Amino acid sequence: MNPQQPERLSMDTFLEGIWRQNPVFVMMLGMCPTLAVTVSAVNALSMGVATAFVLVASALLVSLLRHAVPKEVRIATYIVIIATFVTVVDYAIQAISLALYDALGAFIQLIVVNCIILGRAEAHSSKHPPLVAVTNALGMGAGFTIGLFALGSVREIFGTGTLFGFPLFGPDFQPWVVMVLPPGGFFVLAAWLLLFAWFRRRKERLAALAAGGQQHGA
Amino acid sequence: MSSETLTPQMSSSAAMVRTLGIVATVCGVIIVGAYESTYSAVAANKKLALERAVFKVLPGSKSITEFVAGPNGVTEGTDVPAGSVKFYAAYDAEGRLNGVAAEAAARGYADVVRILYGYSPDCQCIVGIGVVSMRETPGIGDKIITDKDFLANFQALDVRLNAEMSGLANAVKTVKHGTKTQPWQIDAISGATVTSKAVGRGINDSAQALLPKLVPNLDKIRSKAS
Repeated sequence: MNPQQPERLSMDTFLEGIWRQNPVFVMMLGMCPTLAVTVSAVNALSMGVATAFVLVASALLVSLLRHAVPKEVRIATYIVIIATFVTVVDYAIQAISLALYDALGAFIQLIVVNCIILGRAEAHSSKHPPLVAVTNALGMGAGFTIGLFALGSVREIFGTGTLFGFPLFGPDFQPWVVMVLPPGGFFVLAAWLLLFAWFRRRKERLAALAAGGQQHGA
Repeated sequence: MSSETLTPQMSSSAAMVRTLGIVATVCGVIIVGAYESTYSAVAANKKLALERAVFKVLPGSKSITEFVAGPNGVTEGTDVPAGSVKFYAAYDAEGRLNGVAAEAAARGYADVVRILYGYSPDCQCIVGIGVVSMRETPGIGDKIITDKDFLANFQALDVRLNAEMSGLANAVKTVKHGTKTQPWQIDAISGATVTSKAVGRGINDSAQALLPKLVPNLDKIRSKAS
């Protein structure tokens, strides 16, 4: 994915997933759970943590096995590994809370085909030693969780007037129902992307301005 | 791309089979471990969720027992043969029958609406409902669990059996908002008619199937078997 990825462990190994290559806002991977389960902050956070766990656990195993797995069967091996950890998460969530399990529905099982996980296994974990792979997966998982939370919290606040189930506004609050319906996911995602794009453009403009100013000064 | 990468060295089939076999075995062990270690917690969670749902539709209950009502009477158990209906008998603190809860399901606006209703043998009526699962539109269809006027329908919804005990004396029917005149009618939520009707249809189907089998055998479940 990125040819200049550092082979050695550095701060960037972790931070890459959170900002520069954020799975949700930059790489635009895993849009299906991103849009579908982010109707509340709790759902978004749990989905993010579940995905992060699968990401880290499979990164470790894929990285450990990277010299042992023949090229031809690597995808099959990755899928088996990922499916295993998804099943583990599935049981864990059932044991923690059935209400949460019902709310996340089929999207827990669908983590198997989440392209972030297979993508990271193929592009990163299979080419790096365990420590680097796990650190990067942690960053990616955190980035994904932050992305989901950014959507989930906004949608819950607008759509039901609560955050983590606690009411934020008075009883007169009229919920903006479309926000917790499927279109709301697209609206909020678009708003966040717009914000980030504006941020980036502004940064570039300022950088260009500073560069121009220096030229004039010299 | 060089010709070297175009013709990669093939790994031997034995190596592939070996790798997949080992990985699958290890993964199998991990899954069994996870299943075993969460089994009791998951079972406890499911039981708790069921009890909580039943206690909600039959306030005052303290314990539940699962029964199956079939053509040959009611038997305790969880296996449901064809033609039989599962129900939960709820008992109060003294072990007396407080009521009976059963599931009802009907197609709503977005998906099947599954509810649990509480039946009281004393008044032969439905005394409460709770939602098991639904995907109705938030703010519209999901009012069936929050709308006080709608829930008032289920304080005493008449489901008396007819003289032959072959079905309900009056079919449960959802009527347009504000036109309820009979105790077996459900006053629909204005704007959420489809979901309201699904609740009525589900209760009617379930009650028609369950009550003729249950009511003649009520004496068998009057007190909790200990």
